[in-house]
Amino acid sequence: MELNGADIVVQFLKDEGVEYVFGYPGGSVLHIYDALFKQDDVRHILVRHEQGATHAADGYARATGKPGVCLVTSGPGATNAVTGIATAHLDSIPMVVITGQVPTAYIGSDAFQEVDSVGITRPCVKHNFLVKDVNDIAATLRKAFYIATSGRPGPVVVDIPKNTTDPNIKVPYEYPKSVEMRSYHPTDKGNARQIKKAVDLILSAKRPMLYTGGGVILSQADKQLIEFAKKLGYPVTNTLMGLGGYPGTDEQFVGMLGMHGTYEANMAMHESDVLVAIGARFDDRVTGDVKQFCPNAKIIHIDIDPSSISKNVRVDIPIVGDVKNVLNDMLKILDGAGKPDEKALSSWWNQINQWRSKDCLGFDRNSDLIKPQYVVETLYEVTGGDAYVTSDVGQHQMWAAQFYKFKSPYHWINSGGLGTMGFGLPAALGVKLAHPNADVACITGEASIQMCIQELSTALQYSLPVKVLTLNNRYMGMVRQWQEFFYESRYSHSYMEALPDFVKLAESYGHVGMRIEKPGDVEGAIREAFGMKDRLVFMDFITDKTENVYPMIAAGKAHNEMHMSPDRELS
Amino acid sequence: MRHIISMLMENESGALSRVAGLFSARGYNIESLTVAPTEDESLSRMTIVTSGSDNIIEQITKQLNKLVDVVKLADITEGMHIERELMLIKVKADDIDKREELKRLSDVFRGRIIDVSDTTYIIELTGTNEKLDAFIEAIQGQDIIETVRSGVSGIARGEKSLGLTV
Ligand SMILES: Cc1ncc(C[n+]2csc(CCOP(=O)(O)OP(=O)(O)O)c2C)c(N)n1
Ligand SMILES: [Mg+2]
Repeated sequence: MELNGADIVVQFLKDEGVEYVFGYPGGSVLHIYDALFKQDDVRHILVRHEQGATHAADGYARATGKPGVCLVTSGPGATNAVTGIATAHLDSIPMVVITGQVPTAYIGSDAFQEVDSVGITRPCVKHNFLVKDVNDIAATLRKAFYIATSGRPGPVVVDIPKNTTDPNIKVPYEYPKSVEMRSYHPTDKGNARQIKKAVDLILSAKRPMLYTGGGVILSQADKQLIEFAKKLGYPVTNTLMGLGGYPGTDEQFVGMLGMHGTYEANMAMHESDVLVAIGARFDDRVTGDVKQFCPNAKIIHIDIDPSSISKNVRVDIPIVGDVKNVLNDMLKILDGAGKPDEKALSSWWNQINQWRSKDCLGFDRNSDLIKPQYVVETLYEVTGGDAYVTSDVGQHQMWAAQFYKFKSPYHWINSGGLGTMGFGLPAALGVKLAHPNADVACITGEASIQMCIQELSTALQYSLPVKVLTLNNRYMGMVRQWQEFFYESRYSHSYMEALPDFVKLAESYGHVGMRIEKPGDVEGAIREAFGMKDRLVFMDFITDKTENVYPMIAAGKAHNEMHMSPDRELS
Repeated sequence: MRHIISMLMENESGALSRVAGLFSARGYNIESLTVAPTEDESLSRMTIVTSGSDNIIEQITKQLNKLVDVVKLADITEGMHIERELMLIKVKADDIDKREELKRLSDVFRGRIIDVSDTTYIIELTGTNEKLDAFIEAIQGQDIIETVRSGVSGIARGEKSLGLTV
């Protein structure tokens, strides 16, 4: 088959099985847009800002495990995409971003809408390519998808100069069946000796802890993790990225750990004697002070990325490999290797249950004001815990993570690594495209939602009836909380003045708006909103503006130095 | 500790900036960096001299290995190896005493005078970087006009090699 470069791009995406491309046109990608116009197989979703395209593609990827795909023009199109690329990079999300580029002959001449996209994105991609010849387009795209989705996934940028997509230059095209890269061979099988050593250590534990992260979700190892945890009877904690990797409703689940983790999870980490880190990367928001991190524990670390091992915390038994494969290998030898120490385990659980009885997530249920935690809790009940939940960044994100008990992977979608405000709404649109019949909720704040609010228009165009729940505290609540704790309540520029009327705003975008001001109205409103199956409903919950997220470990403190909610502290 | 990391990488335009970018983004030291194509023109060979604690060196090698363009990597300071650096040094040589002294020192260090003008010599010298430092030290009394050093190239002794096959 002879095709021009633009048709090759589109035909390739079709052959790769891509359903959706999130994009925004411009000069250097016009040939590709023309090729998109001539077919119906690959659906293009026109966003309202390139950042929205990257987050929507990212949300789609997180909710499916398939790579998200974006198409943006050169210059400002590419720079607008950078935040979303970096967001995907820090959370290891498979994504391929095609950026248009000025014609090869103009590269380096400061041509109109020229930026060095490969240079700008280099530090925030897994890899990137500049295609200089139409004959290289297919092979390069194939490599891009392979790199994005294999090993530790991540975003890959493919920069395509306009002349390589010239409609008049046709070259032979065939979908490249295989991809061979001598410099790229991710290790996915764990070392058998290390695995044996790890299993022996795990079985010898008196105060074990399974600490699991986003790697469990990326490697689709939730079944293995459940089997592993159930066989052992050990407590499980998830990172912010790992929620849903182990059912939040299970009795062995002790909640999220880290800065806003539960008292029981953090205390159990601190007191553990064997810590099994599974697809988690010892992020500073999780470890707190690394010098005081799990002071008495021997640590096993399973991760596909060798550079994650012993990066922040030195570990005793590293296992490089895909989490799913390694857990499968461990399960194979577990029964033959012995039994956990039942006596020690039962006193460990007694201790954990004592910590649990503090009810560290308790909040005032008799307030006249809407408590944000109550909104999330009610959302959980109304949706039966089955909704896909995206979030933005701030207090609302932490309450979403604490109070929505995710049962399965792919349902909790948030920017954990980069902490990108503006992520929630476009990500929700990507999720809804992937799961049109599922409930999709975006839990956001009145500040975050304004960073990509324009995507309400995209939602209307493509009939994507997600539900937006704004926990409107009139503050950049998370900033206000830090200012209250660490800057003697000097609320410097964290009050959100001049807020729009979100109800009218939603309506002007063609959606349904609701304002909810009384605790008694919360449940009814959420039920009504989720009852409107084919409408995007924007719920503006006017919440208690003084509420803080508890427990909290201040940056750089140890796991056993938690601030508790004032009413918990008394009990 | 000082380490010499040898790499084979795809001979692609962006490869060098990926390595340099990694060092600056993560705050690692680079003492020197050399790169040139190999007998296989699709590959280039890079030698990086860096320093840091064992943890840092471990991270550096892991992060470099993670770069998609890096085909093979070894920390050659872990084993027996040879390192060499080339230096060209231009010195004032405008009277007979200076000329004689420079010639003598150059001979002692097995250097060669490769350019002579009425007032200057250019001396070429190869060796470990300690040797080059020692030479500079030795001619401190003279007027050094300019020095240029290639950065270290290194190779493992014996049959050990970074080649793709063998
Ligand atoms: C793009 C971006 N800019 C700034 C920040 C820093 N930041 C973190 S949370 C936050 C406040 C968020 O306010 P809001 O969306 O109202 O959420 P709340 O904390 O009130 O729930 C800010 C400004 C960020 N995470 N992302
Ligand atoms: Mg707010």
